[in-house]
Amino acid sequence: METQTIRKPATAADAALDRAISERIDALLDERLEAKLAELKAARTPSMTIIATKGTLDWAYPPFILASTAAALGWDVSIFFTFYGLELLKKDLRKLKVSPLGNPAMPMKMPMGPAWFKSIRWNIPNVVQSVIPAYEAFATTMMKKTIKKTGVAGIDELRSLCVEAGVNLIACQMTVDLFGYKHDEFIPDVKEYCGAATFLPMAKDADVCLFI
Amino acid sequence: MNFDKELDARGLSCPLPILKTKKALNDLTSGQVLKVLATDPGSIKDMQAFATQTGNPLLSSSEENKAYVFFLKKK
Repeated sequence: METQTIRKPATAADAALDRAISERIDALLDERLEAKLAELKAARTPSMTIIATKGTLDWAYPPFILASTAAALGWDVSIFFTFYGLELLKKDLRKLKVSPLGNPAMPMKMPMGPAWFKSIRWNIPNVVQSVIPAYEAFATTMMKKTIKKTGVAGIDELRSLCVEAGVNLIACQMTVDLFGYKHDEFIPDVKEYCGAATFLPMAKDADVCLFI
Repeated sequence: MNFDKELDARGLSCPLPILKTKKALNDLTSGQVLKVLATDPGSIKDMQAFATQTGNPLLSSSEENKAYVFFLKKK
C-alpha cells in the first residue's frame, strides 16, 4: 500500500507539488548543464593527430607546420609517420627532394633576378623534364633557394621546434620492416614504433585528425 | 607602450613568428609584456588567434615602418 502512495499522489496538492518540483529541476538542469559544459570545454586541452605519408621536400611542410603551430597553441599533438612519411624522421633530411615531374601544379620559377624574371612561370613539359639529367636535383636546389630567400623555415628547423614543443613522433613499424629501415637511421626523438591499432584510438579521441 | 622583452621576427614566414612568440613568452612571468615585430602579412590574424587560443591578451596590433607591431601580455 505504501509504494502505491509514492507512485500515485494521494491529493491534488501533492500532484501540484510534484509538478512544481519537476519544472524546477528541468529549469535548473538547463541552466547548470550549459555552464558545466562550457567549463569542461574550457578546461580541456585540444588535441590533433596527423598521418604523414609523403616523403618529399614540399610535402614535408604541412605536417611539421601544423604540428608545431598546434603545439604553440597549447594543443597535444601526435604525428604518425607511415610509408614515405618515414623519410621525414631520418637523421639526415638533406636528401629530401621535390620533383616537378608529374606535379603539374608546381610553379617553376627562378629564385634570383629582378621581380619580372622571378614571376615568370617556366612551363616545361613532363616529357622534356623526364629526359634532362639531374632535373630533380636542379628543381630541389631552386626550391631550397626560394625557401631561404622568403624566410620560410627549413624542415630540420621545423622538426626541431616540434620535438622541443613535445610533439609526439610515432613511426609505423610495418613500413620500417617493409622498406628495410633500421631504427638507428631515425632521430632518437621517435618515441614509439607501432601499428595502426595503437594509432587509431589516439585519432578517435583527437579533436582534429589529418591525413597528409 | 612599455614592454619587458622584444622579439624581432621580421623576415620570417608562417609559422615562425608564432613559434618564436610562444618561446619568448615562456621566458616571461605573468603580467609582463612582450613586443613582437613581424613582416609576415598573415601574422595580423595569426597573432590574434594565438592570443585567443592561449589566453595571453593581445594588447595592441599596429603597423609601423613597414612592420607589424604586437604587444602581448603574458597570462
